[in-house]
Amino acid sequence: MSNPKKIHVSTTVNGEPCEFLCEPGQVLSNALRNNLDMTGTKEGCSTGDCGACSVMLDGALVCSCLVLAAEAEGRTIETVEGVADGNALHPIQQKLLEHAALQCGICTPGIVVAAKSLLERHPDPSEEEVRYYLAGNLCRCTGYDKIIRAVLDAGTVMRGE
Amino acid sequence: MPLLQYEAPTSLAQARQALAGRSDAKILAGGTDLLVQMRLGLRDPALVVDIKHVPELMEITLGEQGLRLGAAVPGAVVTDHPEIGQLYPGFVEALGLIGSSQIQGRCSAGGNLCNASPAADCVPALIANRATCNIMGPDGERTVAVEAFNTGPASNCLAADEILVSIDLPRPGPRSSDAYLRFIPRTEMDIAVAGAAVALSLDEAGVCIDARVAIGAVAPTALLVPAAADALIGGTLDEDSLNRASAAASEAAAPITDKRGTVEYRKKVVGVLVRRAAGVAKARIEATS
Amino acid sequence: MSINIQTDFKTVGTRPIRPDGPDKVTGRAKYGADLNLSGMLYGHIVRSPHAHAVIKSIDFSAALAMPGVVATMSAEDLPEPGDRILPGAEIEMKLKDISPIIMARGKVLFHSQAVAAVAATSESLAAEAAKRVVVEYEVLPHVLDVHAAMADDAPLVHDDVFTQGIDPAPTRPSNLSADFEMAKGDIEAGFAEADLVIERTYNVPMCHQGYIEPHACVARSDENGKIEIWCCTQGPFMVRNMTAEITGIDLGKIKVTASEIGGGFGGKTTVYVEPVATILACKSGRPVKIVMSRDEVFRASGPVSSAETQVKIGAKKDGTLTAIKTDILMDSGAFSSSPILPATMFAAACYRCDNMHSRGREVLTNKPKAWAYRAPGAPQSIMAVECAVNELAQGLGIDPIDFRLLNAVEEGDVPLFGVPFQSIGLKQSLEAAKNHPNYQAALEQNQGRGVAAAFWINAGLQSSATIHVAEDGSLNVLTGNPDIGGSRASMAMLAAEVLGIPVETVRPSVVDTDSVGYCDTTGGSRTTLATGSAVMKAAGMLREELKHRAAAIWNVDIKEVEWYDGMAVVHSGIGIDELRDELRAGTAGRNPEKVLTMAELAAQAGATGGPLTASASVHAHSAQPSFAVNICDVQVDRDTGKVDILRYTCVQDAGKAVHPAYVEGQMQGGAVQGIGWALNEEYLFNDQGVLENAGFLDYRIPVASDLPMIDTVIVEVPNPLHPFGVRGVGEVPICPPMPAVATAVNRAAGTQLYDLPLSPPKLLAAIEGAGADNEAA
Repeated sequence: MSNPKKIHVSTTVNGEPCEFLCEPGQVLSNALRNNLDMTGTKEGCSTGDCGACSVMLDGALVCSCLVLAAEAEGRTIETVEGVADGNALHPIQQKLLEHAALQCGICTPGIVVAAKSLLERHPDPSEEEVRYYLAGNLCRCTGYDKIIRAVLDAGTVMRGE
Repeated sequence: MPLLQYEAPTSLAQARQALAGRSDAKILAGGTDLLVQMRLGLRDPALVVDIKHVPELMEITLGEQGLRLGAAVPGAVVTDHPEIGQLYPGFVEALGLIGSSQIQGRCSAGGNLCNASPAADCVPALIANRATCNIMGPDGERTVAVEAFNTGPASNCLAADEILVSIDLPRPGPRSSDAYLRFIPRTEMDIAVAGAAVALSLDEAGVCIDARVAIGAVAPTALLVPAAADALIGGTLDEDSLNRASAAASEAAAPITDKRGTVEYRKKVVGVLVRRAAGVAKARIEATS
Repeated sequence: MSINIQTDFKTVGTRPIRPDGPDKVTGRAKYGADLNLSGMLYGHIVRSPHAHAVIKSIDFSAALAMPGVVATMSAEDLPEPGDRILPGAEIEMKLKDISPIIMARGKVLFHSQAVAAVAATSESLAAEAAKRVVVEYEVLPHVLDVHAAMADDAPLVHDDVFTQGIDPAPTRPSNLSADFEMAKGDIEAGFAEADLVIERTYNVPMCHQGYIEPHACVARSDENGKIEIWCCTQGPFMVRNMTAEITGIDLGKIKVTASEIGGGFGGKTTVYVEPVATILACKSGRPVKIVMSRDEVFRASGPVSSAETQVKIGAKKDGTLTAIKTDILMDSGAFSSSPILPATMFAAACYRCDNMHSRGREVLTNKPKAWAYRAPGAPQSIMAVECAVNELAQGLGIDPIDFRLLNAVEEGDVPLFGVPFQSIGLKQSLEAAKNHPNYQAALEQNQGRGVAAAFWINAGLQSSATIHVAEDGSLNVLTGNPDIGGSRASMAMLAAEVLGIPVETVRPSVVDTDSVGYCDTTGGSRTTLATGSAVMKAAGMLREELKHRAAAIWNVDIKEVEWYDGMAVVHSGIGIDELRDELRAGTAGRNPEKVLTMAELAAQAGATGGPLTASASVHAHSAQPSFAVNICDVQVDRDTGKVDILRYTCVQDAGKAVHPAYVEGQMQGGAVQGIGWALNEEYLFNDQGVLENAGFLDYRIPVASDLPMIDTVIVEVPNPLHPFGVRGVGEVPICPPMPAVATAVNRAAGTQLYDLPLSPPKLLAAIEGAGADNEAA
C-alpha cells in the first residue's frame, strides 16, 4: 500500500487562523480532535446519526464526521470550544447547567452548538421546533425534557426577556 | 484501498478533467451518503472530487420558467429560501426531511438523486413536479427526466465521466401545489419506509385538471404512477377518487421486505400516504386561492 | 435495626449546579477517546465474520509486513482461563466466560467476536492492517433462536455447559444453561380460588444500552511492567481486576484512571478493549489507543437479553390476587451472563399474593454475550406481569391503580425472594399517580392509557472516600466512582450537609485506582447510597476530629464542644439547646471564645496536630428497594400503526432526593429508554447471525421530536437504614415504561399485541386482525 499523501489545510477555527496536515480520507471531526487537540467535538457514531460532532461550517450546522478535513480549506469552522466568551458561558451553556440538562454530558457539546445555531436562526422557537431541530442530537440519558426546557429558557435570555 | 486523493475543482471543465478516465473516482457533494458509505466500508474510492466549488452546482436561479437548482445546493439553503417553498412546498418539505438539521447543512437534491436510494425523499417530489436533470458529459450537455435518472438501487444513468449539474423544476401553473409525505417509525432520523408525492392543479370549481403522483421506497426506484394521477384528474378529490388513487399507488408499488418494512405494509401505507398527500396539496391550493 | 433519620436539611434537597458542569458544556471534559499521548499507536480489532466457527489459524505476516504496523495479538497472548473464578466480583463470574470476549480462543461463538488485533502508527493504517490479518475458519452450524437452541439436535454453543438448577444434574451438555424455580403457597389452589384468570405470553426483544460514547481506552506500560489504563468505564477498579485476570498481569502493577464517561447504563460494567490495548502496549512498548466504532459497539458489546415470559395470574371478583405464575425464557447470547435470576425473582415483587411460582430459564445462542442494562432483567419480566395485571383489572372492572392499591406490598410483606420489606413507598407512589392531573385527562378516539408499577432491589456494596481539608477550610472529596449522571454533585452535597458547610466549598473528584480505596462499580443505583455513605462517614470522622482540634485550641474537654452549622462551638457553661438558640438568633456573635469556623480550624491545623484528612470505607447493607409508577397516554394512527406518546408521567419513591433535579433526570431518562424499547428498539439478526441494524440509523433510539415533556413526581419515603433516608434511584425508572406503553397502545388500538417492539407494521397487522375478528363476531 502506498501511504496517502497528506494534504495541507489552511482554515479558520473559532475566529483564529489555523493550519494542519490531514490524510485525504480523514474527516473533520477526527482532524479537530486529533490534529488540533480540540476534543470538545465528540464522536458517537461517525455516520451522521448522533450529532455529537456538530460544528458550524461557514455558518451551516453540520456533522463534522461527515465533512472531509480537506474540505475545510479556506472555510470557517466554529466548535463548542468557541461558544463561551472567555470565562463567560453562553446562555445556552448556562441554562443547560441550571436545568440539570446533562447527565453523562457526551451529547452536550453537540447540543450546545446545535441549540445556538437554532436560536440564532429562530430566536423564539416553539417547543416542537426545538424538538425537531435537535432531533439529530441523540441523548440517551435525559429523555430530552430538561434539554428542551434549557433551550427554550436560553431563548428568553438571548431575546433579552 | 483507502482514499488516496482529494480534488476540489473550481469549474465544470476542471471537474470533468479530474474525473476523466477515473472509474475509481467518486463525486463529493454534501458527503452525507458518500462519507457514510466509505466509513462503513461499502465504497472505497481512490479519488474524491469535491464539486462544491463549481459555481453551476451551487447556484439557485428562479425565473419565469421555474427553478434551476444547482445539484449540490445544501438542503438548508433551499428550505431557508424565501420563494422556493411557496412554489414547491412539497418538494421543499421532501428535501427538508432528509436527515437532521446537521444533515440539512450538507445534503443536496442532486446528491439525493445521484445516490439512487429507492427511499430518497426528494426524488418522488421532483418527479411529481416534472423535474428534469441537466447532465454535463464529454460530449456536452443532455437532459433526462428525473423519473428516468435512476436505474435501480444505487445505480443511475450517469456515465463515469458525467456530472449532474442542476435540476430544473418547471414553474407550476395557477391553482397548483404539491405535497410530500413519508412514513417513518420515529418522527425524524429514519429512512422512509414509504413515501408519496402528489402535485395537483385545480380549476376554479375545484376539479382536478392535472395531477402527478410519485411514490418512493416501494420499488427499486421512485415510481411515477400515472394510474393514480388519472384517478384524481377530472374529479374533485372526493372520497372515491382518493380511494382509486390510493389503490393505484398500492397496486403500482413493488416493494421488498427488509429491516425497515414488509411488502404488505409498504404497499398498504404508500396508498395511505398518496391519499393524505393529495389532501394536503388540495388544502394548499385552497388556502392560497 | 433502626436509626434516627434526619428530616431537616440545609443542602440535601436543593439543586446546586454540578461541579463538573462547566467542563462539560464547554467541551473541556475529557472522555474515553479524548486522550492522546506522544508516540501513541492505534489498535484495531479483527472480528469474526461467522456466528460459529473453529479458528484454524491466524496469519499476521501480511499485516506485519506493512511499514508502521508495530504489534499484533490474539488469544495466544492471554493465559488459559481454565476454571478460574474472578475474585472479588459481585456475582460469580468464570474467567472462561469473559476472556473469549476479549479474544476468541479456538472457536468463535458469535459474529463480530474479537479474534485478533493489530497496533499501528495511525488509525487508517491499523484498519488496513487488520484487513490483512488472515484468519482461517472452519464454519460450524449455528443456532440463533432460543427454542431451536433447546432442541435435542441443536448445535451446541459450548460442549461443557450442563443445565444448572436441575436435579439430578444432567449428563449431557445443553444450550439450556439454567432452569430454576421459586415458589410459595399453593399455586394451583390459588388459581382454583380465582374468579378471573389471565394467561398470556409476552415478548421483549434483545436491545442495546445505546450509550452515545463508544468504548475507548489508552493503555501504556513502562520498563518495570507497570501498566496505566485510561478508559471510559463505570468501574475503574473492575477494569483493574478484570484486566489483571484476563492478561495475567499482577493487579498491583495496574493503575486505572476513569475518564469522564459518556453513558453506560450497565454496558460499561465490563471490559472489551482495555486488555487488548494493554497487551499491545506491553508488546510494543508504546501507548496504544483503541476506540470502538459504533458498528463494533452494536455488534460486539453487551446487548440486553430478550425474554419470552408466560404469565398466568388470577384474582377474585373483589380484586384480591390469588395466584401469580411466571415462566421466563431468556437469551443470554454465547455465554451465560443473562439477568435471569433478578428477572425471575422480581417479576411480581409489587404484589402481595400468597401463591406465587416463578420459573427462569437461560438459553445460550450464537449471538453476542448479553450484558447488564439498568435494573438487569426486571424490565423484561415486569413488562409481562404488569400487562397481565392491567388486563385482569380491566376484566374485573376495577381501575388499574385501585387494583394495585388493593394488592400492593407494604412494610412486613414477604416477597418471593424472601427478604421482608421494610418501609417502602409503593402505595404512596400509586396514590400520587392516581391524584396526578394526567390520570384524569380526557382521552379521545384512538387514544389509550396504560399504567404500570415496578420494583427494583438497589445495590449497596463497597465504597471508599477520602476527604482533605485545604488551608482555607474548603474540602476535596475523593471517590472512585465515575460520575455518570451528577454524582459529584451529590457527593459534595452529602459532605456539605454532614459538616454544615456551603456546598460551593466542597470540591468532589473522581480519582484513579491508586488514589482512593476500593470502590465497586458505578451501577446498581448504588453510588449516592454507598459511595455517599463512605463520604458521609469520612465527613463524620472529620467533624469529630475538628471538634478535637477546637477542644485543644480552647483547652476544654471534648464534651464541651459541639459542631453546629459548619463551626465548632463551645458550650461555655450554657446548655447546648440554649447555645443553639443563641446561634440561630445570631446573638452569640463572633466571639472566638465560643466559635471556630472550618477556615479557622484549617488555618490552625498545623499547630493542632497536622493536616485535616479523613478516609472511610463501607460495605453498605443499607440499600432498600425503589418502586415506581408510570402513566402513559398514546395516540395510534389506525392507517399506519404509528404510535405517538401524548403524555407521560413518572412517579417514584426516591427515598430522600439528594439533588431532586438529577433524580428527575434519572426518572425521565429511564422512562424514555423504556419507551424506545417498547416501540422501536430491537436487534435484528439475519439467518447467518449477522446484526442488520448495527447503527443509530436503524437501531432506533428515541429522538427529541418523538417525545412530550416527561412529568415527574418524586415521592420521598425515607430509607429506614440510611441517616438521610436515601434510596437508590437510577434503575427502577426503566421498569414500568414497557408495560405502560404496551397497555396504552393496546387500549388505543383495540388490540392485544404483546410482542415488542410495537413497531408500526406489527401494530397495523394487529389492528387489521382485531378488526377482522370483530367483523367475524
